[in-house]
Amino acid sequence: MSPAPALSLTGLKKSVPGGRVLFEGLEFSAAPGEIVAIMGESGVGKSTLLNLIAGLDLPDVGRIEIGGAALGEMSDDARTTLRREKVGFVFQAFHILPHLTLAQNVALPLVLGRAATAEALKSAHDLLDAVGLGGRGGDYAAQLSGGEMQRVAIARALIHRPALILADEPTGNLDPETAAKVLDLFVEQARTHRAAAVIVTHSEKVAAVADRALVLSPNGLSLRHGR
Amino acid sequence: MAASAALRWMVWGEWRAHPARVLVAAAAIAIGVALGFAVYLVNRSALDEFERAVQTVSGAADLQVRAASAAGFDETLYPTLARIPGVRAASPVVELTARASPDGPPITLLGLDVFRAAQVTPSLAGVRQGPAGAGTTPFDAGQVFLSAAAMQASGAMVGGAIRLTAAGQAASFRVAGTLPAAAEGQRIAVADIADAQWRFGQLGRLQRIDLKLAAGSDARAVQDAVAAALPPDAAIETRQTQATRGDSLSRAYRVNLEMLAMVALLTGGFLVYSAQSLSVSRREAQFALLRVLGLSRRRLLGMIFAEGGLVGLIGGMAGVGLGLALAGLALRVLGGDLGGGYFQGAHARLVFAPGAAAVFLGLGLLASLAGAVVPALHAAKAKPAVALKSAGDGVDPRARPPLKPGLALLAAGGLAALSPPVGGLPLLGYAAIALILAGGIAVMPWLAMALLTPVRPRRPGPAAHLALGRLRGAPGQAAVALCGIVASVSLMVAMSVMVASFRGSVDEWLGQVLPADLYMRLPDIQTGGLDLAAQADLTAVEGVRRVTFRKMVGLRLAADRPEVVLQVASVDRADPARSMPLTGQTRAVPVGATPVWISEPMARLYRLKPGDALTLPLGGAARPVAVAGVWRDYAHQFGAVAMDSADYTRLTGDTLRTQASVDLAPGAAPGPIIAALRAALPPGMRDQADFTRSQALRAYALRVFDRSFAVTYALEAIAIGVGLAGVAATFSAQTFARAREFGMLRHIGALRRQIVGLLALEGALLGAVGGVAGLGLGAVMGQILIQVINPQSFNWTMDTRWPVGLLTTLFCALVAASAGTAVLSGRSALSAGAIRAVREDW
Repeated sequence: MSPAPALSLTGLKKSVPGGRVLFEGLEFSAAPGEIVAIMGESGVGKSTLLNLIAGLDLPDVGRIEIGGAALGEMSDDARTTLRREKVGFVFQAFHILPHLTLAQNVALPLVLGRAATAEALKSAHDLLDAVGLGGRGGDYAAQLSGGEMQRVAIARALIHRPALILADEPTGNLDPETAAKVLDLFVEQARTHRAAAVIVTHSEKVAAVADRALVLSPNGLSLRHGR
Repeated sequence: MAASAALRWMVWGEWRAHPARVLVAAAAIAIGVALGFAVYLVNRSALDEFERAVQTVSGAADLQVRAASAAGFDETLYPTLARIPGVRAASPVVELTARASPDGPPITLLGLDVFRAAQVTPSLAGVRQGPAGAGTTPFDAGQVFLSAAAMQASGAMVGGAIRLTAAGQAASFRVAGTLPAAAEGQRIAVADIADAQWRFGQLGRLQRIDLKLAAGSDARAVQDAVAAALPPDAAIETRQTQATRGDSLSRAYRVNLEMLAMVALLTGGFLVYSAQSLSVSRREAQFALLRVLGLSRRRLLGMIFAEGGLVGLIGGMAGVGLGLALAGLALRVLGGDLGGGYFQGAHARLVFAPGAAAVFLGLGLLASLAGAVVPALHAAKAKPAVALKSAGDGVDPRARPPLKPGLALLAAGGLAALSPPVGGLPLLGYAAIALILAGGIAVMPWLAMALLTPVRPRRPGPAAHLALGRLRGAPGQAAVALCGIVASVSLMVAMSVMVASFRGSVDEWLGQVLPADLYMRLPDIQTGGLDLAAQADLTAVEGVRRVTFRKMVGLRLAADRPEVVLQVASVDRADPARSMPLTGQTRAVPVGATPVWISEPMARLYRLKPGDALTLPLGGAARPVAVAGVWRDYAHQFGAVAMDSADYTRLTGDTLRTQASVDLAPGAAPGPIIAALRAALPPGMRDQADFTRSQALRAYALRVFDRSFAVTYALEAIAIGVGLAGVAATFSAQTFARAREFGMLRHIGALRRQIVGLLALEGALLGAVGGVAGLGLGAVMGQILIQVINPQSFNWTMDTRWPVGLLTTLFCALVAASAGTAVLSGRSALSAGAIRAVREDW
């Protein structure tokens, strides 16, 4: 028997205010440790799809499950808790809080889950070490380059060992060389932690390292490469 | 040109996006300007009215000789002055305070020689009205001319009768006509001088002589010659000295109100600073973009200044209009002295002052521009590349908040507090308060860090973790939110401490100066009073254990200063502290010298101390006396001198007394004894005598105290309101600016209630830090009010009293209000909008 998928979308339909249907009958699943890239033209609904997966928005029709838990049947608080425990985020603009140290930034998901602060910070230091920022847990965002900030964001996305990582153009703000390094790190860490990753991107290079690349259109998701 | 358009777009775009913030900042400036302008207009109108009133009573004399006390001077001075070369005409005047009924308002009764007055002060001439027609005619005995206000106050009509009581004697007159030249609201009655002297026991006495100088005469030389001819109980007055005296009567009170209004404007300036700081911080990326696109640093600076200037201009113009309306309302409701009790009887009319309007508009502009300086410099200094990258959230927690500029401001404030008054006003005391406030706010980031760094909760929840991290890591931003809290709290604490100290000291003083059971006084009787026989009759009333008789005599020691009050009472020479609340050490006077004890205001105003010699104009002669001690007195702001009753009688031969303090026999009921005492009074005084029990007098005095502070409280409340509005606006703007932070937190799993908790805790911590700083600064500012401003303004001192209960309540309310305000302001952060804040990436 195959393990439960990290993410499963069934019969998803979403329209925007005004009635335009973004997509309908969308089906998709990702296995643990699988890296999936979602591409598509601007305005096609990639962001909306990510919001639906994150439980920040609800579909008109359809079912979304993360680690076997159906989001549609949960309250807002329960979806938030699920997000905190099972989902990691990597944003294009990093969103590192400038008034917290790097270790504190990384430890945030654990601290929000009421983990012991000392243990959370120890895990954060370990992860910073793993992403190449060992010994810099006491620094602040103002001391970092863009690539370093995204490494911190990746560490933050992984610290609570999520089943799923959602990433939006994780290398969009980085130069090609740094982008390549950060992408390698992202993929390596996601696989190490057996986390499924959904990356929304316009970048061919990012799509190339994914296990599967899908293209979103009003007709749903179509396979570009992979299985 | 293109750059200007870009700047216009930026300013207009910002205002269109956040009109409420601009309006709140402009409203704060408007309120400050309105209060300052209104207080100025009311004061100006009242002083104009006071001057008109003085001119009415004085007529149009070139020079006046006035008695040093209400007892007047010998009338033989009149022919002496009339013969001085250069004096064209002299007009003798009897001037008494009269009443038409015991409860009625006072009326100035002038006794004139109509032929002399027609030459010197024609405006005081009455116009006869009656069946025979109108016209100016000589006085007849038993006739009086009344101003319109005097008619209204007394209910008398032309042709009717009026009974006037003055100097302890009552007399009936027929109203022969009116005084059309009297200023509106001035209650004046004019009678024949001989009639007035005879009917009110002033035979041979005059209170003043009005002089008209000959054309072409040397006014200075004539004045010197007149001065040389004067006895010790008379002095020269000019229009200038009269105006100065009128001004000094209420100057300190007016300046204090102006300064309080300016505090509201200062708080408004801080609000502009808050609004501009946050607006600039939020738009850092936009400014960086403009800089990258080619906008010069100077033009960017100019744009932010222009924004501040526009806010100031809008607020200032609204403030001038509001101030005009407020002044009109205040004049109608509170009167020209705004409840201070300085210009009783004057009906001030609102006088618009365009020059002052421009000055206050300029002050509003200045406050707003001052508030924009720091944010503008900050924006202009930012490196465009860094600002672009940080997307408007550039905070470097490693930067240690500076301490030295704040300490320098605090030190400058300390020096200013130790400085003497300027022109008799505590201007440097107020400068000290402004500097200490600015210094306190400048050290806030450092203080926030110093206070919050040691806070280490044993098991911090997520909210505590995030809130402490934010406040420790971004103390500069916390300080922006704090400046409104600190400004309003410190002001509130300072005023509370001062008022509690003042009220407590007054209460204690009342207990010391009102030890008897009952008090009796004969109002408006400065000449005349109870003779020895009448005093004996009162002492003999059954149920009375002891009666101590007193007298208050107004003495003019300097022409340009209000009168000091000579308080004649029995003084225990062996232990004067039993007779009055002495402050400091007493000093034995030389053998044979007459001892007096001077009040604190007297000591300060005339620079006297125990052991000094002083000359008092008493009994028609200059009497040397020696200062034996200083006592606390809150009743007479312009000075009082206490002299033993026996000494006063020895120096003046005057045994008449106008007040009595009565100790009752044990078990005696006050009501029947008051009736018996009234019955024992001479018939002419029975209706006038005012009996009060000491508790009632004490309660009345405290009511008067509270009333005189009513406007002060109102101005303080408005300044605090402006400060709290600033806190709300600041929290709201900061929360908006942090929408991306809250959006990220919601993404990674922060519950709504955790963000509510975060905001509440941040608000509470900010409130606590602001409260601690406000209490500290307020305590220092309170001491400046108590030790510097009050003594320099009013010449009295007080003991510090800490209203601990009030301050504790204030602190707790502040923490709760800050937390509540933060949560309310942050409600948008809890809506879907905050989540969308990060979607620009998706």
